[in-house]
Amino acid sequence: MAIRQCAIYGKGGIGKSTTTQNLVAALAEAQQKVMIVGCDPKADSTRLILHAKAQNTIMQLASEAGSVEDLELNDVLKSGYGGIRCVESGGPEPGVGCAGRGVITAINFLEEEGAYEEDLDFVFYDVLGDVVCGGFAMPIRENKAQEIYIVVSGEMMAMYAANNIAKGIVKYANSGKVRLAGLICNSRNTDREADLIEALAERLGTQMIHFVPRHNVVQRAEIRRMTVIEYDPGSPQADEYRALATKIVNNRKMVIPTPLTMDELEALLMEFGILDEEDAEIIGRTAAQESSMSMLQAMA
Amino acid sequence: MLTQDEAEKLIQEVLAAYPPEAAEDRAKHLAVLDGENREGGCGITANRKSLPGVMTIRGCAYAGSKGVVWGPIKDMIHISHGPVGCGQYSRAGRRNYYVGHTGVNAFGTMNFTSDFQEKDIVFGGDKKLAKLLDEVDTLFPLNKGISIQSECPVGLIGDDIEAVAKKKSADLAKPVVPVRCEGFRGVSQSLGHHIANDTIRDYILDRPNASSGIEAGPYDVAIIGDYNIGGDAWSSRILLEEMGLQVVAQWSGDGTLAELERTPKVRLNLVHCYRSMNYISRHMETKYGIPWLEYNFFGPTRIADSLRRIAARFDDRIKAGAEAVIARYQPMADAITGRFRPRLEGKRVMLYVGGLRPRHVIGAYEDLGMEVVGTGYEFGHNDDYERTQEELKNTTLIYDDASGYELERFVERVRPDLIGSGIKEKYVFQKMGIPFRQMHSWDYSGPYHGYDGYAIFARDMDMTINNPCWKMMTPPWRQPGAGTP
Repeated sequence: MAIRQCAIYGKGGIGKSTTTQNLVAALAEAQQKVMIVGCDPKADSTRLILHAKAQNTIMQLASEAGSVEDLELNDVLKSGYGGIRCVESGGPEPGVGCAGRGVITAINFLEEEGAYEEDLDFVFYDVLGDVVCGGFAMPIRENKAQEIYIVVSGEMMAMYAANNIAKGIVKYANSGKVRLAGLICNSRNTDREADLIEALAERLGTQMIHFVPRHNVVQRAEIRRMTVIEYDPGSPQADEYRALATKIVNNRKMVIPTPLTMDELEALLMEFGILDEEDAEIIGRTAAQESSMSMLQAMA
Repeated sequence: MLTQDEAEKLIQEVLAAYPPEAAEDRAKHLAVLDGENREGGCGITANRKSLPGVMTIRGCAYAGSKGVVWGPIKDMIHISHGPVGCGQYSRAGRRNYYVGHTGVNAFGTMNFTSDFQEKDIVFGGDKKLAKLLDEVDTLFPLNKGISIQSECPVGLIGDDIEAVAKKKSADLAKPVVPVRCEGFRGVSQSLGHHIANDTIRDYILDRPNASSGIEAGPYDVAIIGDYNIGGDAWSSRILLEEMGLQVVAQWSGDGTLAELERTPKVRLNLVHCYRSMNYISRHMETKYGIPWLEYNFFGPTRIADSLRRIAARFDDRIKAGAEAVIARYQPMADAITGRFRPRLEGKRVMLYVGGLRPRHVIGAYEDLGMEVVGTGYEFGHNDDYERTQEELKNTTLIYDDASGYELERFVERVRPDLIGSGIKEKYVFQKMGIPFRQMHSWDYSGPYHGYDGYAIFARDMDMTINNPCWKMMTPPWRQPGAGTP
């Protein structure tokens, strides 16, 4: 069976790396052979699998060796929990150089070195917050990842980001085989969160593949540089990641997304009470102005 | 010789090959000028983005800064900052002659590059640049300063070359000049000239104590915008010196950092290539009150006229000096004209060059009895076309940022006796059976400036036009049955 290549996108800080690693650990537990490719200069996509602070990245090693041509696959590929193969593209510290080029270089290196020819069931790309430039779209270009999962929560900005990512997918979907495979709701305990994300998924033409509830055990495992699957396999949260893994294994719903316009998105937010419909006039009004107005109303 | 109507019809024919949008755009860059029609700038639109697919022969901002303005400053090291190609493939290509020991106290024909690799793009090139600056200064301790000529990637990845330059300038106690001449900026090399001028202003002229302790002489002048192609600046400065002026600086052919630094104390800036150095001339006028004067040292008529106009800015001693110089050289010029004019009389020339030449060489051709019937600039601005008008007498085709297609069609119809353009055009037109001179590099000849240059110019035009080889080829349109072209 062909390798399924999946990319995980989503707003920065939404929990992409944590969700990906827990999901991948659950897949490994179910005897799937998986590789994680971290596409973020922070290189924190594999730390829970390797129990490491941050693994040596392709770009770091290439820089030390002179050029990427001087590297061997074994130098960059590490094996972690459940035999999960881990690699980080790496990149510069914030504010210098071109991180996007780092992702391009790293992924080309992996291809040339035959990293994808291994006996793998899944490859997961964990990609930095927003698709800020062409480099970070690399995992969905040129027939690499064909399944995109967007991690999202019920917060407004997370949904904005998800919609923007869907726009990016449309661009590449029309010229290739990349498809949106679903939204993963990483809960922030906002009001009617599951319903909202279900509705957003429906508008995008996709599905909310799983609702991952919020639980402190995730934090406790993370402090120990472990996934929940490994740290506390008996916890209900571990079962949630197992459920997500099973759904992804069985997922056949791959779509070209239908992104919302800004107005449509705002209408959706109003529908779920995140934006108040009747209060179009609140735009641009400060808290001080609002409190003085409510005082006037109280006096009236 | 085309009439005004024929020339206008020819332009319409050429435009007809383009899609409507492109035709509309290109129409603004083509014009016919007759003796009377002298409204502003030939009615030409200039200095606009080239259309994709027209095969423009323009260069880039890096070419304008490193290749033209900064490169010839011989005692500074000019680093091509980025991947190796930009520096290596332009190395020593412009024939800016200089005196000095290359690799010791002069560096003009050498290529210094930071040779960017993949990792420098990803992690940024600032550290490598700092190291390179140290190494360059250690290996070539007699350098007087260093310029950093940015190639495209430097601007894309946001390197802070200004910070590196500032620190290293303090460490090395000499100017280190960051030049943001990334090739993607602007529409041609012209913006590179401007950027380079601005960095000379900011990092050389404004540098504290740049020319302190130098006393200004009453006859100090600077040659601005002469790149000493084949020795042009040398055959120019001798005339100025013989008339009594003191040339204290050459910008930038065979020039030095010290010459740049002391220019703010000259009495008059003499501007040859207006396009590439009008910016710094205007700056020195505003800031230091130094007037500037455009001159033209191609051909004896323009030379004499220029010498007199320059002398008019000085006292009677210099005025008398100018007359003496003209009197001394005129017999030589007359002899050259007498020898070559009969061989060149009535020959028609089409030019397509850069900088100042599309207008400045017209006078020299006229001295030889030749006529310029078409001319255009690769990267001129409107003020160049305004200046061109003053030089033209007859019906002339004008083309701005011409495409290969346009030039070929114009040449096919006009069938000039000589084309003066660049290396990219040379072989196309020679294969059409038309004598050709490279007018960027003087075709490995020169100098062409000054009276000495006129001798070489006249000889070169004669040996090109009257070369017997042209009679030995039968072009396709003259073969039996080819019909009229």
